[in-house]
Amino acid sequence: MPTPLLEVSHLRVEFPTRRGTLLALDDVSFSIAPGEILGVVGESGAGKSLTGASIIGLLEPPGRIARGEIRLEGERIDNLPPDRMRAVRGRRIGAIFQDPLTSLNPLYTVGRQLVETIQTHLPMDRARARARAVALLKETGIPAAEQRFDHYPHQFSGGMRQRVVIALALAAEPKLIVADEPTTALDVSIQAQIIALLKRLTRQHGAAVMLVTHDMGVIAEASDRVAVMYAGRIVEVGPVQQVIHRPAHPYTVGLMGSIPSMAVEHDRLLQIDGTMPRLNAIPDGCAFNPRCPKAFERCRHDRPDLMAAEATQAACWLVGGERGGA
Amino acid sequence: MTALVETVELGKVFDVSAPWLNRVLEHKPRQSVHAVDGVSFSIQKGRTLALVGESGCGKSTVARMLVGLYRPTRGVIRFDGQDAQAAWRANGGRVLRRRIQMIFQDPYASLNPRWTVRDIVAEPLREHALVRDAATLNDRVSALLHQVGLAAADMAKFPHQFSGGQRQRISIARALATQPEFLVCDEPTSALDVSVQAQVLNIMKDLQRERGLTYLFISHNLAVVRHVSDEVGVMYLGRLVEWADKETLFRSPRHPYTRMLLDAIPDISMTGRARTPVQGEVPNPLEPPTGCAFHPRCPHANERCTRERPELLDLKGARVACHAVAEGRIGASG
Repeated sequence: MPTPLLEVSHLRVEFPTRRGTLLALDDVSFSIAPGEILGVVGESGAGKSLTGASIIGLLEPPGRIARGEIRLEGERIDNLPPDRMRAVRGRRIGAIFQDPLTSLNPLYTVGRQLVETIQTHLPMDRARARARAVALLKETGIPAAEQRFDHYPHQFSGGMRQRVVIALALAAEPKLIVADEPTTALDVSIQAQIIALLKRLTRQHGAAVMLVTHDMGVIAEASDRVAVMYAGRIVEVGPVQQVIHRPAHPYTVGLMGSIPSMAVEHDRLLQIDGTMPRLNAIPDGCAFNPRCPKAFERCRHDRPDLMAAEATQAACWLVGGERGGA
Repeated sequence: MTALVETVELGKVFDVSAPWLNRVLEHKPRQSVHAVDGVSFSIQKGRTLALVGESGCGKSTVARMLVGLYRPTRGVIRFDGQDAQAAWRANGGRVLRRRIQMIFQDPYASLNPRWTVRDIVAEPLREHALVRDAATLNDRVSALLHQVGLAAADMAKFPHQFSGGQRQRISIARALATQPEFLVCDEPTSALDVSVQAQVLNIMKDLQRERGLTYLFISHNLAVVRHVSDEVGVMYLGRLVEWADKETLFRSPRHPYTRMLLDAIPDISMTGRARTPVQGEVPNPLEPPTGCAFHPRCPHANERCTRERPELLDLKGARVACHAVAEGRIGASG
């Protein structure tokens, strides 16, 4: 296996509050290979966006990394001082957020924002930076890029704005792009265009992507591997085909079954009863045990780590050896 | 079979002009948006019609006209064979308000945060004087909560104590309180997580079976639509472009826009699929294209499409508004 581009190990993120410390991420470990697209799925509150925020160093206080490391190309980035982290962000890690309107400054033209980003990270004079910015806009499929260069964000439609944001994220040729729900705010026909664009450009530029979304369809289409999160932990990770078609963790099984599919028709959808626990009330043992149809005694007090299952890795006592065994 | 709900050439125009002073000073004309433009459909009793389309296609405006929140600019709505417009005006529309209820998209905005769940669910019962005494009221509310999978003890709680999915169940309980025949559901699950969405969709289907409810289901999620509906209407820029029963529509979509939508949806059964995404975006509804509104994005458009607006025609089992389909320029198979 080649050296991973990004390696997250035993990441733990805490939120100290007056009523005690909330554990938002607990023992999260995964890696992304160069050029790979890793999908991260989960329901609201599972911790997928927090994982992304920790990697780009934009964890909102009072949230803090309490344990674990994040390494980019072998170098630790989780403990960098803010000014050094600022140089990493944008240059080596690009970010795409859900709402393209809030990631663009409404008072500057998109061209000015692109040129600023390029000049901050790359040693280029104004003219060359401008040429590069126009080229990027063209690459992301914005028609009449030369003219659009001088337009303000409000003059673009939602889909076009998200293209500008992708151009911004790619401006300094980062090795990794963290894309947090990049298509959630868009209509389906636009969504498909943006996914295709993201896939094509990251392949061309050789960038790896951490694609955070709650939409399994987007993950299925775009990613190579997928990590499923539940209550602040990764419960299953593996190649996208295997996780979708041969999931091992009961939560993943339930999640896949609850998604209405275009291909197969069911009279009733599989449902997982109950809801994800709140951060202040995460159950002992496996966090999924109160909702799990297959839970047994051990699940209620012992917490499973990721273990090799049939085709994936799953954090469940039902996989990886004897039922109830060690 | 008789249609419970029927609309004929329904239309809604919104005035979006700049304020009077601006119009005078800047010499701007009045502007209007045809949010819904000549939409005709009917729903049989006990069945579900889903309206799908992208943002701004007018599907929510149709929903709001059906429940009397908007007055149509033109066209007719018939409910149970009677003119709904007249019924909404008579006696404040009390009769229709009991027989038609609505479930909204955002369960955080559609429940009064200062009211207990008992008050929220009991309000329609009180309003329509369906129960007399407090004991019966409590029984009815707890029965309603039970039907949507909540406990009677939840009555004393406030909305903020529930998750999104539970709140949406409270909305459903409230909508069911008057024992309506027709429920208009405007994106009832799009604010919910998938596992919770499955719970709510299952409840809605169970209730339909038990009570013979008729649904108008608005959604942009075609997989959800395929799961809940009997018939599907596809809307584009205020017009109904295709209306067919579910099997026909998903098996052999006819209108180029329907085909595009079906092709655009990421689906979990299609890992690593390569495809050619459709070009272009929904045009500005203030300046809709001439002729067929879809022609600038349509691969089959010709000169007639830019000029003449296609009507919804009955073409072999589906109603389609497309010149190319009507002329046989594109076949039935997708």
